[in-house]
Amino acid sequence: MVELPDIGRISRRQAVHLGALLFLLLMPPAALALDEPFYVSLGSRILIYGLAAASLDLILGFGGMVSFGHAAFFGAGGYVVGILFQHGFEGSDFLGLIPGSDAALIVWPAAMLVAGLLALAIGAVSLRTGGVYFIMITLAFAQMLYFFFVSLEAYGGDDGLSLYGRSRIPGLDLSGDATFYYICLALLLIFLGLGVRLTGSRFGMVVLGVRENERRMVALGFPTYRYKLACFSIAGAVAGLAGALIANQTEFVSPSLMHWTRSGEILVMVILGGMGTLLGPVFGAAAFLMLEEVLSTWTEHWMVVLGPVLIFVVLFARRGIYGWLVGREDEP
Amino acid sequence: MSTLLVLEQVLNGLQLGVMLFLLAAGLTLVFGIMDLINLAHGSLYMVGAFVAATVAQWTGSFMLGLLAALPAAALAGMAVEVVTLRHLYERSHLDQVLATFGLILFFNEMVRIVWGPRAIFMDVPQALSGTVEIVPGAPYPMYRLAIILTGIAIAAFLYVLITRTRVGMLIRAGASNREMIGALGVNVKLLYTLVFGLGAALAGLAGAMAGPIFAVEVGMGEGILILTFVVIVIGGIGSVRGALVGALLVGLVDTLGRAFLPTLLRLVADPATADGVGASLASMSIYILMAAVLIWRPRGLFPAYG
Repeated sequence: MVELPDIGRISRRQAVHLGALLFLLLMPPAALALDEPFYVSLGSRILIYGLAAASLDLILGFGGMVSFGHAAFFGAGGYVVGILFQHGFEGSDFLGLIPGSDAALIVWPAAMLVAGLLALAIGAVSLRTGGVYFIMITLAFAQMLYFFFVSLEAYGGDDGLSLYGRSRIPGLDLSGDATFYYICLALLLIFLGLGVRLTGSRFGMVVLGVRENERRMVALGFPTYRYKLACFSIAGAVAGLAGALIANQTEFVSPSLMHWTRSGEILVMVILGGMGTLLGPVFGAAAFLMLEEVLSTWTEHWMVVLGPVLIFVVLFARRGIYGWLVGREDEP
Repeated sequence: MSTLLVLEQVLNGLQLGVMLFLLAAGLTLVFGIMDLINLAHGSLYMVGAFVAATVAQWTGSFMLGLLAALPAAALAGMAVEVVTLRHLYERSHLDQVLATFGLILFFNEMVRIVWGPRAIFMDVPQALSGTVEIVPGAPYPMYRLAIILTGIAIAAFLYVLITRTRVGMLIRAGASNREMIGALGVNVKLLYTLVFGLGAALAGLAGAMAGPIFAVEVGMGEGILILTFVVIVIGGIGSVRGALVGALLVGLVDTLGRAFLPTLLRLVADPATADGVGASLASMSIYILMAAVLIWRPRGLFPAYG
């Protein structure tokens, strides 16, 4: 992701990347040295929401599809971990077929698969429309899933499902907050690396072309519906991974993971960071979660401040934090 | 006996349907004319409910509460339009979604500051607290019947307003071509504010009438807002007629699904499974309906204005 410059001069963009990476790498030891372990778990949350927001950016910033239901895939990933964990704990089978498990190497890919397939199904219907219809439909489907899990008494219903520990990876102890933090960081960096490759590939160019002018892409002979659906499913799968991580981080899953305000928050992170940049949403997630921490210690009615801040950002600060950090144009 | 039960549930479905129609009509008008997607519409519903509940508690009169809720919601709506939404008409739908999402957070928290986090419960007005027998042997609460009749009256009023009056003509013209009616000398800004006020007043009316049925609480607007979105998507964005049909469909499917799906499933499965699956399916039924409509007609049942 970060290419070290071959000559002594680095661009502003590279400096921002390098600074962010160093900060993320050094944060846990610094926090522990300061005896503030809380910051490590806040950091994990930022990385996880950053992953979810970056995956939304794939469809929002690059694909131009305004999805207001991204939390559905996030929550679905979380529930895959939660449900399989419960079955593993009880020694029972899911639907009498699939044995439970708490092995991260099985459960996390399963979460991605389930979330990706869900995105494929929801996308297949939603992408038949566009514009405002798409916004409302993705919102409605996410809410459908929310109510489905609320009424699913077998897995805790409204109260959610507690996990009795984190997933296991042979040779690593994920219950340590710092270890878990670095796992999240590694996954985020892998995704960002692959995401940059993907958006620069032919596939990414087609998706960008669809955003700019779908009719022209159709005229050029591209099956745009399939490209959009593929992009939507990939983003859903990655959001599922983020959901699996948040389930591990909090050791708890509940329908509130996929509540529509969660979709709104992830959307806000993308805009706050700068959409269409992949890296920006991570900055957005950091800003949003830290703002929430600061405001909530200041007043319990912090949303009264957050709401107008949001309107202000939308009206006046369109390029987001990332755009503001790296400057208007790429320096050579 | 069972037919009476079905009849009662059909009436309940109609009652939910007309409430949804009151919200959907305003939302779809605003969308059709101003090309604005307003997530904060549910907040106006909440404002209407809270004002009605408070005034009703002060004065002891439900009617006064209702009468206060209408201008309160309309004023709140017009204020919001002038302060923020006016700057969003030319922006992308994404910006509109985000800014109105911010408005929701703001409204919810303001209501929590002013009225506190506890739900308020309203009494059904004295005059409407009884029941009526529509067919002999089937008593039905008079209040719910009154809601249905009010909804029908509002639908008729909107029909006359939109198709028979000068304001309605401007509304239709604005929906077809915004630039043109501006060029013809219509005060578009004023028209927009008035339409927004009308939509807000309808939302406030729905909120006030919902008070005695649901709890009046923070966040009450969002659940029904999403139902309203489903209604609009089914009916076709921008079409008031579509909003009416969609609202009644959603109201009926949701109510009947909740009432009868578990019972129906008991015919084929054991009671515990039937209740669980039935409840899950019932809560998903309207979304399945929406998906089915979209597969059949991607732009809704009554796609408006080309």
